Amino acid sequence: MTAIRNFGFGCALVGAIALSGTAADAAEQITFVSQGGAYQQAQTVAILDPSAKKLGITINQDSIPDAWPAIKTQVGSGKPIWDVVDTPTGYCLRGGEQGLIEKLDFSKIPNAAAMPEAYRSLYSVSYEFYSSVLAFSQKTFPKDAPNSWADFWDVKKFPGRRALRNHPIATLEAALMADGVAPDKLYPLDVDRAFRKLEEIKPHITVWWTSGAQSAQLLNDGEVDMEMAWNGRVSAVAKEGAKVAFTYNQGILQSTSLCILKGAPNLATAVKFLNEAVDPVHQANLPLHIDYGPGNPKAFETNVIKPERAAQLPSEPANAAKQALMSYAWWSSPAGEAAEKRWASFMQK
Amino acid sequence: MLTTSVPDPSQKHRRREHGLMLALVSPALLVILALIVLPVGWLAWQSIYHDGFTLENYRRVFTEDVYWRSFALTFEISLAVTGIALLLGYPVAYLANSVPKGWSILILSLVVLPFWTSVLVRAYAWLVLLQRSGVINQLLRNLEWISEPLALVHNTFGTVVATVHILLPFMVLPLYATMQKIPNELMQAGASLGASPSLTFVRVFLPLSLPGVLAGCTMVFVLCLGFYITPELLGGGRTVMVSMLVSRNVELYNQFGAASAVAVVLLLSVLAIFVVVSRFISLDRALGQK
Repeated sequence: MTAIRNFGFGCALVGAIALSGTAADAAEQITFVSQGGAYQQAQTVAILDPSAKKLGITINQDSIPDAWPAIKTQVGSGKPIWDVVDTPTGYCLRGGEQGLIEKLDFSKIPNAAAMPEAYRSLYSVSYEFYSSVLAFSQKTFPKDAPNSWADFWDVKKFPGRRALRNHPIATLEAALMADGVAPDKLYPLDVDRAFRKLEEIKPHITVWWTSGAQSAQLLNDGEVDMEMAWNGRVSAVAKEGAKVAFTYNQGILQSTSLCILKGAPNLATAVKFLNEAVDPVHQANLPLHIDYGPGNPKAFETNVIKPERAAQLPSEPANAAKQALMSYAWWSSPAGEAAEKRWASFMQK
Repeated sequence: MLTTSVPDPSQKHRRREHGLMLALVSPALLVILALIVLPVGWLAWQSIYHDGFTLENYRRVFTEDVYWRSFALTFEISLAVTGIALLLGYPVAYLANSVPKGWSILILSLVVLPFWTSVLVRAYAWLVLLQRSGVINQLLRNLEWISEPLALVHNTFGTVVATVHILLPFMVLPLYATMQKIPNELMQAGASLGASPSLTFVRVFLPLSLPGVLAGCTMVFVLCLGFYITPELLGGGRTVMVSMLVSRNVELYNQFGAASAVAVVLLLSVLAIFVVVSRFISLDRALGQK
């Protein structure tokens, strides 16, 4: 107890000295967390370093493949260490509902306020986009390749082996589009209809993949002729020389978002950083280093991204217009959670 | 009638020896307690306690179809794997037992060798062999035995093949240990009484090797019940074994209790199997420790 009190006293003392002396020099800092690997490196070059320089702050980085359990324990302990987290948008929303994530004041985040409403929520701002697309082997389909989920479901016109992700998110959306629902009329999802449509294709699915690496391997080895996969995985396989391609038509546009932990140690700086991180120019730099699209669509108006590069990106306006924008709000609603639980019994029937 | 207040010296000696033994094993016991008993107990506790006492997690396990189907499938696969491993492992152990020492060391090291490769790598190796464009399908197609590639993987078949491969040593080693202890003289006695080699095998050798069979089968069956990586990679998503339900429940319910309830049910069924089996044989003797 005494030790803690002494420590507190010490902090107060240091604080007092800092205030009385060189307040302006006391560098502000935040701890930023993303998912590591090539993706975090790309961000460091494109967004984090430039933001730190511009704001004159220090950005300490951490990485974790799945931030959700850590968010829960950190905020639960009452003393979070992290400030800003880059995580699948669904976690930001769920965290917001459970009181683990700060509500954002968009008047302090003008860059985000200028983004389309569907690209942000009370708790989060889109940071980057990827897409669940229809990918196919160009060996099997040198011309007249499948171009929609209806084609994917049409086993007579497009014979061949198929794979889907072993997860309801994006798969139910694809099933509904195959059944004729327009990409912008998907939500709230008609779950019964989606599962009925999935029953139809189920006997023709060779593999229900679980990891992105697995989906890439299936396509690369010719184990399947068409599948749903993430655009970055397909382009990586294509870059290595495999005869594969994909279409953005009826892709499901998904995102990770930035959100701030409830009671973050450097809240004010974190908000400043959030605004800077979705700055159109920083955002435009991201796709120069990795196959993900910027979270802020204004990035495409900066002339940083060349037109031929923009055409490859999932969130480029023309590409985005062909796709369905995933509603994370629906998936984290009770109906969405029920649909997620229903998946297992569908798989085992 | 002789009553002694002074303890028997031999008893005292024995007690001291017990104390010494206990002191010697206590570091190991502490490690087991700290790394196995406590965490498992803590997980089991979470399955019945989440913001208050609850049986919800168990209600779900015992009422929802998904769980029954997974448990049934897991037991089916484990039985199949055990049966195949026995059919493959018994002749190997028999051979290793009947050839000269040098040969038997070679055979046993070949059995144990795959242990040095990770389960993950072996699962991928099977993928390379079994998939549509894989080695086996290519070979069969080149020989023109088949026109369409066979579905050898991304199903239960592929899972069983790879699991048998991984668990085979657990069958062969206990079998070999048991066979080693069967005196050769018994077979010679059988032969001298006029029985044919096959009759001595069926009437003498086979019954004496049964404890090894039971021990090997138990090991393989129980280990198979908890398999995760092989069905995940080679099952094509349809082969949902219990261990996969455990991981799925962590994601789906965002709390460990829902997952640990599944694990507790599996753990209890494994313990039940051990109790039943140990009524018939002493497992550690069959495994060659005594």
